[in-house]
Amino acid sequence: MTTTAFRADLAKGGPQDESPARRSPGRARRLSLTAGLTLGLIAALVLLCLLSAGIGAYRIPIGDVLGSLLHRTGLGGAELDRVGESVLWNIRLPRVVLALLVGASLGCAGALMQGVFGNPLAEPGVIGISSGAAVGAVASIALGLTFFGNWTVTVFAFLAGLATVLLVYVMSRSGGRTEVVTLILTGIAVNAFAGALIGLFIFFADNAQVSQITFWQLGSLAQATWPKVLAVLPCALAGLIAAPLYARQLDLLALGERPARHLGVDVERLRIVLVLVVALLTAAAVAVAGIITFVGLLVPHLLRMAAGPGHRFLVPGSALGGALVLVAADLAARTVAAPAELPLGVLTALFGSPFFFWLLRRTRRKQGGWA
Amino acid sequence: MSLMAKLLGTARTVRDLPAAPAPGTVLAEAERLRVRLGERTVLDGADLTVRAGQVLALVGPNGAGKSTLLAALAADTPAAEGTVRVAGRPAGEWSAAELALRRAVLPQAATLSFPFPVEDVVRMGRAPWAGTEREDEDEEAVRAAMAATEVTEFAGRPFSALSGGERARVALARVLAQRAPLLLLDEPTAALDLRHQELVLRICRERAAAGDAVVVVLHDLQLAAAYADRAAVLHGGRIAAEGPPAEVFTAGLIGEVYRQPVEVLPHPAGGTPLVVPVRQR
Repeated sequence: MTTTAFRADLAKGGPQDESPARRSPGRARRLSLTAGLTLGLIAALVLLCLLSAGIGAYRIPIGDVLGSLLHRTGLGGAELDRVGESVLWNIRLPRVVLALLVGASLGCAGALMQGVFGNPLAEPGVIGISSGAAVGAVASIALGLTFFGNWTVTVFAFLAGLATVLLVYVMSRSGGRTEVVTLILTGIAVNAFAGALIGLFIFFADNAQVSQITFWQLGSLAQATWPKVLAVLPCALAGLIAAPLYARQLDLLALGERPARHLGVDVERLRIVLVLVVALLTAAAVAVAGIITFVGLLVPHLLRMAAGPGHRFLVPGSALGGALVLVAADLAARTVAAPAELPLGVLTALFGSPFFFWLLRRTRRKQGGWA
Repeated sequence: MSLMAKLLGTARTVRDLPAAPAPGTVLAEAERLRVRLGERTVLDGADLTVRAGQVLALVGPNGAGKSTLLAALAADTPAAEGTVRVAGRPAGEWSAAELALRRAVLPQAATLSFPFPVEDVVRMGRAPWAGTEREDEDEEAVRAAMAATEVTEFAGRPFSALSGGERARVALARVLAQRAPLLLLDEPTAALDLRHQELVLRICRERAAAGDAVVVVLHDLQLAAAYADRAAVLHGGRIAAEGPPAEVFTAGLIGEVYRQPVEVLPHPAGGTPLVVPVRQR
């Protein structure tokens, strides 16, 4: 009905365009770029996982790793000797799988959170969600709670994480938007409070619990086992599967809340669901690996620079990228100072913090100051 | 599964697509509308009828309630008293998805949290039609909207790299691409140069000629007089006068509402009223 009106305007001097069905060249280029990036990320991830499974005090050649994997899945290949088989399946693989899950969860949570807050500096670690979830986890360790068996730490991390996301969200929003300063300051306050609570639990914990808590607070995958993988798998998978479904709505949310609503997005529900998903993903990561910061900040940013801000690529891409970064970081953590092991959280913060500095300065420059 | 999909908000509900309205159909109306923002009563008994095939200009001094009235018609701001109906149904009864097929809204300021390219921003206007039969129009609608607002040449540039006026036109292109029968535009000409102001109002006229209803908040009374079928003058939260601009724009009414003496002269060619402030010489 309205096409005729536009036709008239087009005829007056609009540029001559190709047939409407054809995609514009810019879009086609971007589609092939994201497809290429996705394939590249997957290939790098598979390769790195195989490498990581082989490298360590007991070396297993990559061919043998592949052989053993094929053997167990019944596709041929060959079993390793008893020690090799045990090292690979009881020590290395659970650790690699856990790194995959934790990295994917953190990367994806970062991308989602930046979308929900409409703020590129939002990240579970920076704004205190990770420490909030950690309070729950530490509480369950220190108080010796076990009502959910193997899942106890995860459940507590989730509940505390959820409460923290809600708190940060309510505190840092005004007039439908989140300003950078408010968000970061809220993060400082939340981190400080969570730190105090964790300190309090440590004070009341006995020695064995204290060493367990400190070890885990630095962020580490050193105690990876299959039961731990199982403990976080439901949380991580639920979050990772749900997240990409909201990619299109997140794109619209970039316009602001009202315009997104004008385009048919049920903004209230979207926010609630995504806050839940972020809490799930963060809890999954924190429960098994402790506090690992900056992965959720770094990965979505690099991908946004490479492929643009569209969430249909960004959300799953950040999960892949997060997994890649964490598998690599964990490999480095356990090999660079072998036989000692660097805490993983320390390593990611070492590389992540300078990046955060740079990002802050860039954001400041673009806004022309904070006040 | 369907419960899961519903819970996750991804279910493809079959929605009734609105049919093209006949000229003169009432697409939105406010009746004795009272709206409060915080402590302040911004609208106090406003009545307005928006008809298909017409351009309706909302004019009035700062703080008279123009944007609030537009927001109420857009179903953004709930009525404290009175009713707002969109397409014959109380605004609050529509879901966001249903409303998106029936009205498009241009906000006063166009912001974007992430640097999407211009073409992607315009394409966001097509989101309400995803999963419906009119999804096939997407490419055509985006292309036509970009051509009409003259933004095609920077289709690939990131939105954040544009000037204020360019952003305003991209935002308008997004609203046009939505192809809803009711267009609510809040100061679409504010950031624009002379040529593009005229261009935007011409687009409004074309949309009205094609059968849509266009409500546009304007500060420039000349533009309102030249392009609107009807003008509503807001004053202190009420409609002080409503009708064809030639009847509404009188020196007495405009002078009183704006607290600024004016002369109203007929344009030498065509006779549209020219509103000129009385200035000391």
